[in-house]
Amino acid sequence: MNALRKNTKAKVPFSETAIETFIRLCGISSIIFVFGIFFFVFREGAGFLFNGLDLGQFLTSPEWYPTSLSNKRYGTLALILGTFSVTTLAMCLAVPFGLGAAIFVSEFCSPKLREAFKIIIELLAAIPSVVWGFIGLTLMNQMIIKIFNAPIGLTMLNGSIMLALMSVPIIVSIAEDALKAVPDSYREAAEALGATRWQVVYRVLLPAAKNGLLAAVLLGAARSIGETMAVLMATGHSVNIPTGPLSWMRTLTATIAAELGEVARGDEHYQVLFIIGILLFSITFIVNLIADLVIKGIHQDF
Amino acid sequence: MFTETEIGKRNRWSENGMKIFFLVMTILMIVPLLLIIGYLFYRALPVLSFEFLFTNPKDNMRSGGLWAPFLGTIYLVVVSLLVSAPIGVFAAVYLNEYARENWFTRIVNLAVVNLAGVPSIVHALFGVGAFVLFAGLGESVLAASLTLAIMTLPVIIASTKEALNAVPMSFREACWNLGATRWQTIRRIVLPNSISGILTGVILQVSRAAGETAPIMFTGAVFYKAIAEGDVFAYNVLDQCMALSLHLFTISTQVPDVAEGIPYGTAIVLVGTVLLVNAAAIVLRVYLRTRKRW
Repeated sequence: MNALRKNTKAKVPFSETAIETFIRLCGISSIIFVFGIFFFVFREGAGFLFNGLDLGQFLTSPEWYPTSLSNKRYGTLALILGTFSVTTLAMCLAVPFGLGAAIFVSEFCSPKLREAFKIIIELLAAIPSVVWGFIGLTLMNQMIIKIFNAPIGLTMLNGSIMLALMSVPIIVSIAEDALKAVPDSYREAAEALGATRWQVVYRVLLPAAKNGLLAAVLLGAARSIGETMAVLMATGHSVNIPTGPLSWMRTLTATIAAELGEVARGDEHYQVLFIIGILLFSITFIVNLIADLVIKGIHQDF
Repeated sequence: MFTETEIGKRNRWSENGMKIFFLVMTILMIVPLLLIIGYLFYRALPVLSFEFLFTNPKDNMRSGGLWAPFLGTIYLVVVSLLVSAPIGVFAAVYLNEYARENWFTRIVNLAVVNLAGVPSIVHALFGVGAFVLFAGLGESVLAASLTLAIMTLPVIIASTKEALNAVPMSFREACWNLGATRWQTIRRIVLPNSISGILTGVILQVSRAAGETAPIMFTGAVFYKAIAEGDVFAYNVLDQCMALSLHLFTISTQVPDVAEGIPYGTAIVLVGTVLLVNAAAIVLRVYLRTRKRW
């Protein structure tokens, strides 16, 4: 027995151990990259974060004057409010359409039409953000000027419409998954009691799938918060606290994209941009984590 | 025959009404997209030609074509793919076929899920910190490609894992019972049965990498760089390059008096490239479904 085991062990070819080691290395290196992201962003910003930056001012002051000669101020309140207001407005536009489309595709649609819609939604998701920014800059800009009689169309509304169009595909596909995850026996039971399709949706499916729908909205919002090029090009590029859909504004992401090219390495301003990166990383991490936990919850439900 | 009751009639009306309502919602979501692409195409029509694709931008990017940015995008995508596809696929093989379920794999899975949602501009910061400065690559095709590779890696891992997971366990067990080693089983049974799913996931990330702007802006793509027309090896991976996405951003925001139609042409070429790649993935997926043997 012992001899046999020794024998089979000896027969494991060298190539087998080599390839296993290689695969293990790939697995482990992917984790190193993954944690490397946080490490390197943190490393560049850490010096100023722990030594010199007034964190209270950073989070609560709307005064963003990083290049002022006499009195540099790094307050990101206007940028944070900008990010959240443009995301909120985008979600107000995207969620009704996204959920409505998800309900249609999952419950009211013939299988062939469903495939066609899913492909179109997938293609919609593939359009690069810089193209959305370009559309905001040209087409939507002119439309807003005409419709609202505004002096400039590069406003929060413009950015929100672009973000809504970008996040709708995510919302549709995840919400549709959530509706599909509700077992057919629920539908059959409701229909057996004489409920119409809409009654099934409204009384049975929406309550049963509410966690998944919430996750869809959260992931759509996470995408909007992290979006850079579209809001950089479409929202007017001026740091101020937005007062309405037609005011100009700027987001956290757009600030990094606009200013990183102009700062000297190791400068306070440079480090502050990395600290904004840490802030963004944390916000999206938390939103994604919540969405992930909510989705995990669904799988345990059924 | 039964006559329809009041309730039945009301239900039928509300049913049809809701169906039409949701159909309108769906159409309202899709029609603007088609109109927008149609509009871009209409405005781009005067400049679109083969010459547009194969000549360099001229007069400080106010006229000319797209050769340098187009080739740059191809370089960035290919180099990033050479890094992310093997590492991502083998990492997924490790997670799905070798690793046992323990705290380590749970952390990795959690990290993969969450990193897929990290904003692209944060990846740009990471690229600057890790590749441009720490690794000393400077702003180069290599640094930008590596940044794109890290950005696409979690999604490739996730989609490959899903494809591997879809191969029934009984296939592996049958193979092991014949005396095959783990790697032989993976190579002969698991990978051939999941290759279409893996490729679909990788191709979708190609289109994502081709369209991204923020991660390459500060790591290797530049506003302008002249290269030889018609020479596909014109870029050096340790040098900077142009890119379609950044070129669109530049000519639409930074350069005044660009010739009418050129920004639209650039947008259409970028959208066309990305959609073509995506269409390839869709075709592959449909093909996979017809060939599925279980």
